[in-house]
Amino acid sequence: MAAMLSIEELTHHFDGLCAVADFSLTVEPGELVGLIGPNGAGKTTIFNLITGVFRISQGRIFFEGQDITRWPSYRITAAGIARTFQNIRLFKDLSVLDNVRLGGFARHGYNIWQALLHSRGFRREEQAWLRQAYELLERFNLTRYADTVARHLPYGEQRRVEMARALISGPRLLLLDEPAAGMNDAESQALIQLIRDMQRDFGLTIILIEHQMRVVMDLCQRVKVLDFGMTIASGPPREVQHDPAVLEAYLGKDGALAE
Amino acid sequence: MLQVLGQNVLNALQLGSVYALIALGYAMVYGILTMINFAHGDIFMVGAYLSLAAAVFLLGLPFKAPLPFVFVGALLFSMFLTALLGVTVERLAYRPLRQAPRVSAVITALGVGLFLENFTLAMLGPQPRHFPGLIPMQPWNIFGLTLTPLQVLIILLAALLMVLLDLLIRRTLLGMAMRAISYNRPIVPLMGVPVDRVISLTFAVGSAIAAAGGLLYGLAYPVLDPYMGIRIGWWAFIAAVVGGIGNIRGAMLGGYILGFVEIFTPVLLPASTYRDFVAFSLLLLLLVFKPTGLLGRPMFERV
Repeated sequence: MAAMLSIEELTHHFDGLCAVADFSLTVEPGELVGLIGPNGAGKTTIFNLITGVFRISQGRIFFEGQDITRWPSYRITAAGIARTFQNIRLFKDLSVLDNVRLGGFARHGYNIWQALLHSRGFRREEQAWLRQAYELLERFNLTRYADTVARHLPYGEQRRVEMARALISGPRLLLLDEPAAGMNDAESQALIQLIRDMQRDFGLTIILIEHQMRVVMDLCQRVKVLDFGMTIASGPPREVQHDPAVLEAYLGKDGALAE
Repeated sequence: MLQVLGQNVLNALQLGSVYALIALGYAMVYGILTMINFAHGDIFMVGAYLSLAAAVFLLGLPFKAPLPFVFVGALLFSMFLTALLGVTVERLAYRPLRQAPRVSAVITALGVGLFLENFTLAMLGPQPRHFPGLIPMQPWNIFGLTLTPLQVLIILLAALLMVLLDLLIRRTLLGMAMRAISYNRPIVPLMGVPVDRVISLTFAVGSAIAAAGGLLYGLAYPVLDPYMGIRIGWWAFIAAVVGGIGNIRGAMLGGYILGFVEIFTPVLLPASTYRDFVAFSLLLLLLVFKPTGLLGRPMFERV
């Protein structure tokens, strides 16, 4: 059986500056892999390359055995890869419910005529879509915000809206970009549980970018460490934590990784 | 007195319907690309000529085609081909400039407009063409008002098209995608929305509606010339701005307002030559006091 995701020798430059160098990663179904490294190491760039936000000039990406290297973003999303964003990217002027509904765009197949005529198929699909959106709001504890305009939501809630929006597209691979950013201990503890539940209930494979080591340690079976676009270490988090190259990247010569 | 007023209201509604149909195209493209498609008035002109071509062809058939059939045939033919024209213009002229400064696209739009005018001129010559009458003109008398079947048809068909478009925007996936693009374009593809296709469809719908406007205009004011799109295009553009550029319902409202301005200026002021003056003054005043237009802001209504 093919791997869920297989990235082969990905390289990406910004104006001559190497953002990602020769990056390879294979993720098996059901895995939860961490992507860590100092700021500017190229982690988010890798997410942008996977989801087609940036054009890939070198290297290839396979999703469930299909070569998606040249696919446009909308096809990649429809194929089953969803993501959240480091700096929250909601439709700020739309309600929370509509934000979540929009995430399901790729899965819906009624045509213009059905919609204009308000046909039964259209109504059934709309209702199923709405029900699913409400279920996700419920799960993420957002029900009372359903009609609130997204920009009025507290930061943490906005992050959860992004996750709900990612899940409604029915992904098999979920890319989480710093979901714990700005969270305190109790909040990130809750987040860890939420991600675990999500993975179990939706049968997800997850790649996680995260700075909070505690979250990474608790969740990831293995991690890749990037620095200036280069992969400097990979393996189970406990081992990587003591890798001299990693310590140096994070803290200079003789530090210890804070837990 | 009341009869004169009523009669003018009818005339204003008729003309306003046409302006509204064209203004929609400006609003839709602005809503989704924040670009003013200055070629839109000329796309309307091509739509009028295509309607004329289809009507003349259908009337010239060896058997005598019933007039309603000719009307519907001309309408569908010109809506379809004009939609194709709109999509082609976007594909060839605007899409390559999507990342360029907005000014480049606007200048290109002006160029496309000139091209369409002069292409039509080169093909058909400068002499105006007469639009054959397809809809009975004998008036009905109701409460002292004269009302022609054509007037009724124009007002109702325009209203029907606008209701359909409003439903399309508010209810369908396409409309949802259009609104999403107007709110936050970069992340829309990541929701699984094929942005280029949505933009193409926006141009198709806007152009098809302008073509319907072209046919109705040709029936009501049955003289076509290659430059007719300029003045009408400007008026429709003002209508879109008055209503709140980018706002669909605003464009409809603005269209009717401009229809009233055009019809009532000669009634209230000494000469019809004041009408452009009045229309543009209205625009300036409005922009001073309400820069976003009457229904400004939210590009499209909420989902």
